[in-house]
Amino acid sequence: MAQIIIKNLRKEFGAFTAVQGSSFTIEDGEFFMLLGPSGCGKTTTLRMIAGLELPTSGEIYIDGAEVSQKPASQRDIAFVFQMFALYPHMNVRKNISYPLVSQGMPRAQVAAKVAEVAQILGITDLLDSPVGGLSGGDRQRVALGRAIVRDPACFLMDEPLGALDAEFREHMAEELRALHDRMRATTVYVTHDQLEAMQMGDKIVVMNHGVVEQFGRPQDIYDWPATLFVANFIGSPPMNFLRFDGMVGNGAREVSLPGAMVAVPQMISGASGALVFGVRPENVHLDDAATFRGRVVATEYLGTTQIVTLDTACGVVKARTAADQVAKVGDTTGLKFDERSVTLFDAGGRALISTANQRVLGHG
Amino acid sequence: MAEVRLQGVTRSYGANKALDGVTMVVPDGGFVVLLGPTGAGKTTMLRMVSGLDKPDTGEVYIGGVAMAGLTPAQRNVAMVFQQYSLYPHLTVRENMEFPLKSPLLRTPAAEITRKVAEVAEILQISHKLDNKATALSGGEMQRVSIGRALVRNPAVYLMDEPLSSLDAKLRADLRVELKNIQSNLGATFLYVTHDQIEAMTMATHVGVLDHGRLVQFGTPREIYEQPISIYAASRLGQPRINLLPAGHFPGAPARAVTIGLRPEQIRQGEGQEAMVKRVEHLGDQTRLHLTYNAQDLITVTDAHTVLRSGDIIKIQPDRPFYFDAAGARIV
Repeated sequence: MAQIIIKNLRKEFGAFTAVQGSSFTIEDGEFFMLLGPSGCGKTTTLRMIAGLELPTSGEIYIDGAEVSQKPASQRDIAFVFQMFALYPHMNVRKNISYPLVSQGMPRAQVAAKVAEVAQILGITDLLDSPVGGLSGGDRQRVALGRAIVRDPACFLMDEPLGALDAEFREHMAEELRALHDRMRATTVYVTHDQLEAMQMGDKIVVMNHGVVEQFGRPQDIYDWPATLFVANFIGSPPMNFLRFDGMVGNGAREVSLPGAMVAVPQMISGASGALVFGVRPENVHLDDAATFRGRVVATEYLGTTQIVTLDTACGVVKARTAADQVAKVGDTTGLKFDERSVTLFDAGGRALISTANQRVLGHG
Repeated sequence: MAEVRLQGVTRSYGANKALDGVTMVVPDGGFVVLLGPTGAGKTTMLRMVSGLDKPDTGEVYIGGVAMAGLTPAQRNVAMVFQQYSLYPHLTVRENMEFPLKSPLLRTPAAEITRKVAEVAEILQISHKLDNKATALSGGEMQRVSIGRALVRNPAVYLMDEPLSSLDAKLRADLRVELKNIQSNLGATFLYVTHDQIEAMTMATHVGVLDHGRLVQFGTPREIYEQPISIYAASRLGQPRINLLPAGHFPGAPARAVTIGLRPEQIRQGEGQEAMVKRVEHLGDQTRLHLTYNAQDLITVTDAHTVLRSGDIIKIQPDRPFYFDAAGARIV
């Protein structure tokens, strides 16, 4: 198993910089997510860890050894792609055995290994079936089996669930995570689906335009985003941004939004100009006594909860409330924000440090 | 706008009954969403109403008029498909004007211009009106094809997964927009989707289809809170409903074979002991994966819970659903 350290990793394709100076550490046994929109450099990063691309500059350490310029075959990793390519003319057993047979492993040992992996994945009774007739999920299990059977130092997965339909994707996500909990192999996983990243990851790196925006534990990133991009990319619906012009001094405990003073966590860094007041929908409460007002423009019933969309002096705000809370379209009501959860952002889109997010964002 | 009525509609393809005696009313001004897995008959139902396909037996009425023998054009329906098809040699504006220029409609030019501008505004494509249709992103092309349906004033809009090819953010925006358009126009919508969030948030009524039969019809809230069967209960809810043998908790009625627990139907704090297997922080909520009597359960708890894997908590059902051997709900 392996710890992976990425240092100042950079990749240029001609004039285009795909990854610019990434640094982060993947601890031994972690399920690690590279998250971001298409074109953010997450797949390029994964391919550099794999050795499928060589970095322009920077270092990659796998268990202390610098491997950035070594070919993939010398890195002891297994790669699972979104489009799982199986050998169509072979049955399941032969597909899974293939990497071992090609390494020259004795036959009895191969048989034992394949049987063990098949059992972990619950595909023992499929071993003699041709891969052609398998369902999407079973094909993905076979592709995983072929990766697991080699006992690599780490697994690299590029959107392995992307091709599956929604209902089944959730099921496979649970299965993959349970598999990881049993095997504890370091896994680096690329996805653009923030829910998948939150659900499966021990840690997440959020990338945008080749830059690491934030790196940390899922709940920390969700609660205390470092940038507007992260706050907007993670969460559904995303964080509300109330834009206002103003000034926030060191030590401030409230800010002045149009028409109301609103409490915030005690600020450690100050800023002025075009600022953003960020609050997650579940931390917006409808309270007629509150001074910041909004008019209900839509409600969306979601079973346990509902999303209430309101028009305010600072634009549209969404609140997640209990499904039985009455909110009629056209009504005007007060919005109360849970002040412990508020993040302020400066004009450049970076979070201002407060006593609340200091633990996660450090000293800025 | 008009009411749409299906009366005993059956349609088979070879040995496969795609629709089996479906009787359903889409009320005038209603937004009916059809739910069901692939092969349940959702798309076939749209094709029956549009006239792209004919029932073997049964009748389709739009606005009280029997549709047998009428072509799709004569039925005055507007369709939006999952796969947009635009005229590649025309601009966005020309694509959207096209249905209004039909000789059947004879719309005045000023009216056409006004309509197109209004719909383009709603769909956030005003700035692209003079682009070639092929010079758009996939999401924009899909909005144009929705726009082409919206400029008309048909008896009913038929939509087959119109948002499924869009990215998550745009999908969330258009969900609200489509719903607003529908309620402002008082338009009748029959809408097919796999996405339960769309069904929950947009529908006035949900029709649950199972192997060509309509098994439940009601408001999203009715389907969620009063499902008639395991099948209907499993269509809505995230995380999905927990289903386990009824004997695992005390108090089950005699005929009950299965107990169904949505996450909010598992009360924490009292009752039976369960072990926390995994804690999933999703941000706004935290999912608990529990092991209880060797059964897996998923429930939700406070986002900032201190629970860790290995903790033991007490749980008990709170007004659960019970189902009999056939999967029907016992009320």
